[in-house]
Amino acid sequence: MSGFRTLLYKEVLRFWKVSFQTVAAPVLTTLLYLLVFAHALAGHVQAFAGVTYLQFLIPGLAMMAMLQNSFANSSSSLIQSKITGNIVFILLPPFSAGEIFAAYLLASMVRGLVVGTGVFAATVWLIPLPVGNPAWIAAFAIVGCGMLGTMGIIAGVWSEKFDQLAAFQNFLVMPLTFLAGVFYSMHSLPPFWQAVSKLNPFFYAIDGFRYGFFGQSDVSPWASLAFASAAFGALSLLTLHLIRRGYKLRH
Amino acid sequence: MSDAAGGLAVEARDVHKRYGAVPALCGVSLEVGKGEFFGLLGPNGAGKTTLISALGGLVRADRGSLAIMGHDVQRDFRLARRAVGIVPQEIVFDPFFTVRETLEIQSGYFGLRRNGAWIDELLERLALQSKAGANMRSLSGGMKRRVMVAQALVHRPPVIVLDEPTAGVDVELRQTLWAFVRGLNAAGHTIVLTTHYLEEAQQLCSRIAMMKDGRIVALGSTASLLAEFSERVLRVKLEKGGLPAPLAAGAALEATGWWRIPIADVAHVEDALRTMREAGAAVASLEVAEPELEEVFVKIMRREEAAAR
Ligand SMILES: Nc1ncnc2c1ncn2[C@@H]1O[C@H](COP(=O)(O)OP(=O)(O)O)[C@@H](O)[C@H]1O
Ligand SMILES: [Mg+2]
Repeated sequence: MSGFRTLLYKEVLRFWKVSFQTVAAPVLTTLLYLLVFAHALAGHVQAFAGVTYLQFLIPGLAMMAMLQNSFANSSSSLIQSKITGNIVFILLPPFSAGEIFAAYLLASMVRGLVVGTGVFAATVWLIPLPVGNPAWIAAFAIVGCGMLGTMGIIAGVWSEKFDQLAAFQNFLVMPLTFLAGVFYSMHSLPPFWQAVSKLNPFFYAIDGFRYGFFGQSDVSPWASLAFASAAFGALSLLTLHLIRRGYKLRH
Repeated sequence: MSDAAGGLAVEARDVHKRYGAVPALCGVSLEVGKGEFFGLLGPNGAGKTTLISALGGLVRADRGSLAIMGHDVQRDFRLARRAVGIVPQEIVFDPFFTVRETLEIQSGYFGLRRNGAWIDELLERLALQSKAGANMRSLSGGMKRRVMVAQALVHRPPVIVLDEPTAGVDVELRQTLWAFVRGLNAAGHTIVLTTHYLEEAQQLCSRIAMMKDGRIVALGSTASLLAEFSERVLRVKLEKGGLPAPLAAGAALEATGWWRIPIADVAHVEDALRTMREAGAAVASLEVAEPELEEVFVKIMRREEAAAR
């Protein structure tokens, strides 16, 4: 029997034991964003037809929280284990690279999905959303969380200090999330920035996710799914390769 | 269980490892038979931890091969890692969990889901029952160390490697730990141990390797190393008269007034005493000091330093 299940369980338990910080806090932050941006931008931003700006904002903000928390889960777990040294307890058992990868990835996705669910659970009472197509919602939630879960593994494996992880987060993950069309429709941007947005895999996760609710999006959901899945797949292969080689884990 | 390696528990073949420009292992070859209690000694930086890390797959050797119970640590890593339990040198723990959770999780990593009875036994034998529900954070250093020993044993590995397990642990706990490890060895487990306390190694280990600068500089049974590198000493305190010249030549006077007279073996004690009696020296008290590993160690390290110069 393999130890994969236990590693996954342990990674989920790790954040669940401190869910006040890892789930409740990000949900609250997201609600504050909603409050502030809705107040500041309502009426200024032209979103989709028949969709209020508040409604437009919720899936984007939820996906932003899901992406950030998926990233935070694997990256912080790995960096903490590396810095405290208890990573040896994962390196000594007979895990394959694939098992380590899958356990960290799935736990990250669980955290992202729990946070996303929390955001909807907290807002649905005040601002009901249409649920156009649950399959699209689920598909983009999974691919988005997966993409950031793998990025978190890469960042956690690569970083040797908290500073380096913070740099990864502040100079890569945050800009990509904020420029992914959480607060606006891409069509409101000048053509140059529209082109730039189309290079950002986070944009596809958010745009496709929104399509699942409103049946409207900036690009076709199929194209979004293809781009986001390709990014997820490429990142997964890279991550697996790094773990298999023992990059910065087994000297 | 297959005996592919002819009954070897641990086998290292010409293992090399560098950390950047720092050579840590320079061609280490070593065999530890099943059921042995083996000591790996050497000063700080000798490469002991690196060798142990390579056995556990924490470090990849640049060259050479390592096997545990006949399983190559790279090629057959799953079988090799199941066959070994390593207690790392540094005290590490996961602050998210209690002692019992830590051991249950570690069992799960080896695919063992109903390991409660063995975990209870480990907790009892390592005097940790009262701490089973305590968070790892709240334990003293010695207790954390014992949890690490339990963690290394959850999967009942035939080979157990302890990297300086008694560093910083108080005397009483050291006794508990050694009694426990001796029991494991008696039950058939192979033990590989590094320690700074040479008298512990002398008492426990049947065979010893000494390392320095990434090389093995002495290897043999504890008894043969002692016989080869250490000498017995007759210590005498004289009531009156001086030490006769033939004995005084090789002897040394301690600050306490005791003479240390080297002797080849116990039979020569007779001769030395007769020489003193005939010279009119009266012996107030005497003892024969047993050879010590400490002395062997110092001699070998000095020899290596001289050779390196
Ligand atoms: N992670 C590392 N990075 C760089 N050098 C290291 C590392 N680990 C050990 N060394 C070096 O390798 C040599 C052997 O160290 P080590 O195996 O820890 O020795 P020992 O356990 O016998 O004290 C030392 O010179 C040490 O400084
Ligand atoms: Mg060491």
